[in-house]
Amino acid sequence: MDSIIEVKNLVKKFGNFTAVDNVSFTVEKGQIFAFLGPNGAGKTTTIKMLTTLLEPTSGSITLNGFNVAEFPNETRKSFGIIFQDPSLDTELTAYENMEFHAVLYGLPRNIREERTKELLMLVELWDKKDNLVKNFSGGMKRRLEIARGLLHHPAVLFMDEPTLGLDPQTRNHLWNYIHNLNKKEQITVFVTTHYIEEVERVAGRVAIIDHGKIIMQGSVAELKIATNSSDLEGAFLALTGNTIRPDDAGLDTKRMHAKMWRR
Amino acid sequence: MNYLNIIFILWLRQLKRYSRSRARLVSSIAQPLLFLVAFGFGFGPIFAKAGGGDYIAFLAPGIITMSMLFTSMFGGIEIIWDKQFGFLKETLVAPVPRVVIMLGRSLGGATVAMLQGFIIFLITLLVGFRPELSSQLIFAPLVMFLMCMLFTALGTAIASRLDDMQAFPLVMNFLIMPMFFLSGALFPVDQLPKALALVVKLNPVSYGVDGMRVTLVHLGHFGLTLDLIMLTAVGTLCVAVGTLLFNRIEA
Repeated sequence: MDSIIEVKNLVKKFGNFTAVDNVSFTVEKGQIFAFLGPNGAGKTTTIKMLTTLLEPTSGSITLNGFNVAEFPNETRKSFGIIFQDPSLDTELTAYENMEFHAVLYGLPRNIREERTKELLMLVELWDKKDNLVKNFSGGMKRRLEIARGLLHHPAVLFMDEPTLGLDPQTRNHLWNYIHNLNKKEQITVFVTTHYIEEVERVAGRVAIIDHGKIIMQGSVAELKIATNSSDLEGAFLALTGNTIRPDDAGLDTKRMHAKMWRR
Repeated sequence: MNYLNIIFILWLRQLKRYSRSRARLVSSIAQPLLFLVAFGFGFGPIFAKAGGGDYIAFLAPGIITMSMLFTSMFGGIEIIWDKQFGFLKETLVAPVPRVVIMLGRSLGGATVAMLQGFIIFLITLLVGFRPELSSQLIFAPLVMFLMCMLFTALGTAIASRLDDMQAFPLVMNFLIMPMFFLSGALFPVDQLPKALALVVKLNPVSYGVDGMRVTLVHLGHFGLTLDLIMLTAVGTLCVAVGTLLFNRIEA
């Protein structure tokens, strides 16, 4: 199989703090790749570098055949992303947010309208399509983000904790949809999540990252055998330990400080 | 072709946001109106006695410029809001050159500011302002457009380097306010002390005010040609620098 993402010796430092420490991995075309780690492990920072939002301190990334640093625009044509934190325009309606995205990604009008309807139905927001997003609840916003992220069918779909805060019904729908998309259109899926049982069923390959380093990668079965665990969550805990981590807010503050002092 | 669609949707977004925020509309009309009434009627008699003529005729172009200056700078600085609410990421990962995004946003911001200028123009008519009806008048929208593009781009450039809204009052007090007060919007610039005259000359707002004054009431200090050249030159520079800085934003 061909690889669609190749990451070599990736490093990201914010001042003295190393968020991503010499990370290398490859993702194969059409695979569902689970990128797991405790809070603050470096998952989101890695995704930001893969999606051209952050420049790596060193190392190289190839995505869909394009060197990300050299060809950011070609890279951007190759992926879609569902962000961990909100990225909607709350002054626009749900439909307008979808439309905006579709135009940015150059979807023809007929496909745009058809998919918008299909996806808003999937996340049960079709009857609210003309409401302003600022009047939506947290869960509704999350569902809209997901629908928007799936609007154009990219070569690689990044999902940074897509199901956070969603009820089990919606999570189930969503995973079925993504699984189908992956099968039907050979879309590669790169997902981070804390709901480990979700990816256990679908992931072709798993990498576990902690303190900015990848501590193990392989298939679900390989990880379970290596850690002598009965499920993936057991393997995850065996590898990353049981201590509770400071959450991402801590990392954000560090990022901000590093940014401030750099100037 | 596709880029035109993208510029259009970015432009449309700015207009929708503007038309949906009634608070913004009201407050952006209230301030110029206050200036117009307080200064216009307050200083009017003294201005006339000193031989300056009709102060409302002198002041109105300045106040129209002020409302466009504030609105267009604000339109550019709005990027900080997009950063904070996360929407900026959505545009930054899109497969669209950042120049196109910058252009769409700036055109939208400039259009909003021009609309604002027209609204204030209508209000000045109510207060008693009477523009000279001549062929010069057709250049007024051009001056307005150049000015609005310039300041939207300047706002974008500044906001690209800022991280949160707390910096906003700083920009307001140390850039926008001085630019407005030292532009000749409120007083004639013919007999200023040398140092102050130099500041006025270096201030791009001065050429906007002057351009509006020439086209609306035929009272100019620099002359329309110089106004248009300066606004175009500084505007182009601001768009270029704005694009450069916008290009470097990391999220």
